[in-house]
Amino acid sequence: MLKTFAIIIFINLATFAQSAPLRITITEGVIEPLPYAAPEFIGETGASNELATKITELVKSDLLSTGLFREVPKSSYISGIDNFNSPVQYSDWKAINVQALLTGSVFVTGEKLSVKFRLFDVFSNNELGKGLQFNSSKQGWRRIAHKVADEVYSRITGERGYFDSRVVYVAETGKKGSRKKRLAIMDFDGARSKYLTDGSYIVLAPRFSPTGERVLYTSYETGTPQIYVIDVATAKRTVLKNRKGTMSFAPRFSPDGQSVVYSLEQGGNTDIYAMNLRNSSRARLTSAPSIETAPSFSPDGSKIVFESDRSGTQQLYVMSSLGGSAKRISSGDGRYGTPVWSPRGDRIAFTKQSRGRFHIGVMRIDGSKERLLTASFLDEGPTWSPNGRVIMFTRETQGEQGVSALYSVDISGRNLKKVKTRDGGSDPSWSPLGK
Amino acid sequence: MIKFVFYFYAILGIFLGGCSQNASTQFSTNGNLNSSNTKFEGEVSDPGSIAFFKNNVGDRVLFSIDQSDIDQSGKDVLLAQVDWLQKNADYKIIIEGHADERGTREYNLALGARRANSAREFLVSRGIESTRIQTVSFGKERPVELCSNEKCYRENRRAVSVVSNLNF
Repeated sequence: MLKTFAIIIFINLATFAQSAPLRITITEGVIEPLPYAAPEFIGETGASNELATKITELVKSDLLSTGLFREVPKSSYISGIDNFNSPVQYSDWKAINVQALLTGSVFVTGEKLSVKFRLFDVFSNNELGKGLQFNSSKQGWRRIAHKVADEVYSRITGERGYFDSRVVYVAETGKKGSRKKRLAIMDFDGARSKYLTDGSYIVLAPRFSPTGERVLYTSYETGTPQIYVIDVATAKRTVLKNRKGTMSFAPRFSPDGQSVVYSLEQGGNTDIYAMNLRNSSRARLTSAPSIETAPSFSPDGSKIVFESDRSGTQQLYVMSSLGGSAKRISSGDGRYGTPVWSPRGDRIAFTKQSRGRFHIGVMRIDGSKERLLTASFLDEGPTWSPNGRVIMFTRETQGEQGVSALYSVDISGRNLKKVKTRDGGSDPSWSPLGK
Repeated sequence: MIKFVFYFYAILGIFLGGCSQNASTQFSTNGNLNSSNTKFEGEVSDPGSIAFFKNNVGDRVLFSIDQSDIDQSGKDVLLAQVDWLQKNADYKIIIEGHADERGTREYNLALGARRANSAREFLVSRGIESTRIQTVSFGKERPVELCSNEKCYRENRRAVSVVSNLNF
């Protein structure tokens, strides 16, 4: 399913002295969205025009979705771009206060697609980074648009992008109390959604493997919660066998993809275990009469953050990924659960319940600098974008007509919005960046 | 005349009760629907039927917020279940544990399991063989009451005993 992309780099020969680099610093303060222009990519042949339009629109949609960019519309243009290789008239773009200019060209021959783009720092009279060319089949047009947007985003923010990514989640239909739940996978923006299970049994909390090719999830297919692995491309699934009379749930892959950490319940008690996927050997990582669950690895695989009610209420703890002693990191007033380690390694996202409200929050890995990003009747289950800058989560509304939906918010707390899905949705998991 | 009619209906009732008793039970608890299938429950008037168990013995125990210990009224219900299970030795029991919606997904699965296990341990402590009892947790996935306040939440924090004479 992940196609390889050929990337060709080419260099614009004109160079000038640079003024202050074009940069949005996205973790600080209030941001005025950066005004940019993206004249429609040029279709190099008649057959290329339709995709040229679609690709341009999708790139702009990605940039708009960040809340960091503001498009200066075509109606404001003084001159346009009618040839990808013509020199840029910087003064025409400065005059309408465009700070970044994106140009592109699209070439379709048969089933093959080739897209070139250049990004210009207008007030420096210079290109920002190298022009690139992406090649793929025609069907890969969405991924190419996302890759272009990722390049624009990363050159201007200094962060890696996140648009060429997917989300696996639970699609929900039906009334509260008897919901039909199906695993579904989609592009991060909601496009190309497809179901992976048929809804005849409850499924919960799917999580991607480090390559994005497999998904772990909890399923009631056998009648009690058990862990399954499903291959995203084929939808073929296998159960991770456990002892009869036990319940397994809350699984996550280790960063090297070789093992699974999960919760095992027996005799009413829930602890955290790890299973090696190659030889099925198991190790018990916690051993306490309290509830230990929701484990998540650090990106280097050395530590696990999890939730436990050993102190009397749900709190967050960090231990070595081999198990052993655990250090509590949550310290605020309330209950903490569903911890997830950021792909950057520096923060942990979590669900907090306090005074009747639910919040998605982040904290440093030692528990300091706790910040709440959302508040509602029921927010839970954060997942990080591949660049660790955006969090997606479940928001459920109250009452008999309550429904769940996916929402996303920046780590700064800005740009909270709903993710468009066909059905209701819950338990999202964000894939790594596509290759 | 009236007495005759009364006796007639009483005898008819006994026949009808007797006929429905051994309805075949080829179903199993699945994780999607409420687990009992009313077609096979039998008549409420039959003390050996699933319907009788649900209506007269009491099939559920409720819990306080975050708690899994059984209070006095819960113990009364479970004692009645013990009694019924002892009289109906060919029945097995699955105890489903549930939580209200004011909690996160995994924790509620674990909490539901604690509750189911609490009920199970009580039954075992009163002499029911542990091999007759299975437990499962539904976390917050299957509330019976759908409103979002304590009136509904207290009904959802429950351990429900589902009896069947299915072999498992």
